[in-house]
Amino acid sequence: MDAFAQQLVNGLTLGSLYALIAVGYTVVYGIIQLINFAHGEIFMIGAFGALSTWIVLFKGQTALWMLPVMIVGAIAASVVTAVIMERAAYRPLRGAPRLAPLITAIGISVFLQEGVRLLYGKVPGFPDAKQKVPFPVIDGITGQSWNPGNIVIQRAAAFTILALVVCAIGLWIFVNRTKTGRAMQAVSQDPDTARLMGINVNRIIVVAFIIGATLAAIAGVAQGLQVTNINFKMGFLAGLKAFTAAVLGGIGNVWGAVLGGLTLGIVESMAVQFVPGTFGGSPWKDVWAFAILILVLVFRPQGLLGAKVVDRA
Amino acid sequence: MSAMLEVKDLVVSYGKIKAVKGISFSVEEGEVVTLIGTNGAGKTTTLRTISGLLRPVSGSITFKGQDLTKVQAHDIVQLGLAHSPEGRRIFPKLTVEENLNLGAFARRDKGIRADLEAAFDLFPILRERRSQPAGTFSGGEQQMLAMGRAMMSRPKMLMLDEPSMGLSPIMMKRIMTTVTTLQQQGTTILLVEQNAQAALKRANKGYVLEVGSIVLSGSGRELLESDDVRKAYLGED
Repeated sequence: MDAFAQQLVNGLTLGSLYALIAVGYTVVYGIIQLINFAHGEIFMIGAFGALSTWIVLFKGQTALWMLPVMIVGAIAASVVTAVIMERAAYRPLRGAPRLAPLITAIGISVFLQEGVRLLYGKVPGFPDAKQKVPFPVIDGITGQSWNPGNIVIQRAAAFTILALVVCAIGLWIFVNRTKTGRAMQAVSQDPDTARLMGINVNRIIVVAFIIGATLAAIAGVAQGLQVTNINFKMGFLAGLKAFTAAVLGGIGNVWGAVLGGLTLGIVESMAVQFVPGTFGGSPWKDVWAFAILILVLVFRPQGLLGAKVVDRA
Repeated sequence: MSAMLEVKDLVVSYGKIKAVKGISFSVEEGEVVTLIGTNGAGKTTTLRTISGLLRPVSGSITFKGQDLTKVQAHDIVQLGLAHSPEGRRIFPKLTVEENLNLGAFARRDKGIRADLEAAFDLFPILRERRSQPAGTFSGGEQQMLAMGRAMMSRPKMLMLDEPSMGLSPIMMKRIMTTVTTLQQQGTTILLVEQNAQAALKRANKGYVLEVGSIVLSGSGRELLESDDVRKAYLGED
């Protein structure tokens, strides 16, 4: 029972991270039917943005009040990268065959990883990023874990789950209660008619990229706090997992991304604990995650919450 | 006085295929003007080009003195030109009220609430169903919603693309009566229809399109009485 509760906590933590990243895949897909495979790198750049903010402003300090400032720095780094990426790489390909932006996304992904790997350490005062880089220790977050019953809850894990809750509420309010949110729904349902209403579709696309980047940046900070170090390729696997989560929930559906993320995290954690024999244990957890991706694509391509999968006419 | 909408020598093509082959027509303020013709005549293409969703190969479109071919599609509604598209194209997952409010997306003034009530007065069924998702509606109800939504931008001119398509005779009559009501309230209307008789009866002026060209034009009455139109579009021998 303890083992189950412990894995549930672990799964929710991992799942919250996946969910925060998955939202970025799904909002962009919902608007322009593009799988932005460079989105994992936006998550990685968020983590490096937080680290850079800390180095520039607070090096050597550990106070909790710095964390919000670091989060702002993370969001700024991710949003700027995502907006430039959309403008310079995706917008010129609007209307091109779908394979073109997909290949471009993979190219951007490699470009951003290598850019961070080779150039981060060249900035005066910044550490070399060819290897793992230690993430700052923050009072109250990286400290002693809580131990209700016999289970262990890391403070950084609680931070991750809380971050998802806050972001999900914020996103709900944005989508359903603001004019821009409503315009975003209109564009995803019928872009041409949305233009007839006076909605600037290009602006809404940028908004979708900004939302995805914001949540990915927060996930990047959460990951740094949990693992206590970051590296230039952290976005690769996390991005693929989050993409799996988005597909599992129903790509294009924001709540599907949240549900898919949490489900994937829990399944992965449970598999580590409860699958016996050769296929158990953590070495196999990625196999289970991607087995789910394949099963979903074969048997329920529309995902758990059944968003549209067919192309619009 | 110059026309509210003036289309001159308009050519529109999809790749190598010319869908509109140099048509000219005009709409005066306060008129109902109709473009009639069979499927593939280029009616919808013409409206989509006026709205900026398609760009012409050549020719000009002038609305209230402004060249529309240089204006972005999303800026056109603010100039006072609304377009209720073919197939209604309501936002299926949004409620009636949300759909109507999107019609007023480009507006910043305080009159939006009042205009929402005006749209509900025009089509009372929409008021009853204001918080239902629009995708569950019948064709007629969706058409009312599409027209109400277009009127929410407070247009000087409204373009209606096949409002009667797929509707029951009763519903069709209801929609066509509304066209007259809107005209009486001061909206200029450009009406595209396959149902030539219903459209011509209400039109001050009509143009007949055939495979991308205007082959006939005249007052609504003249066209109704023309032998060519009767044979081709009204099913008479």
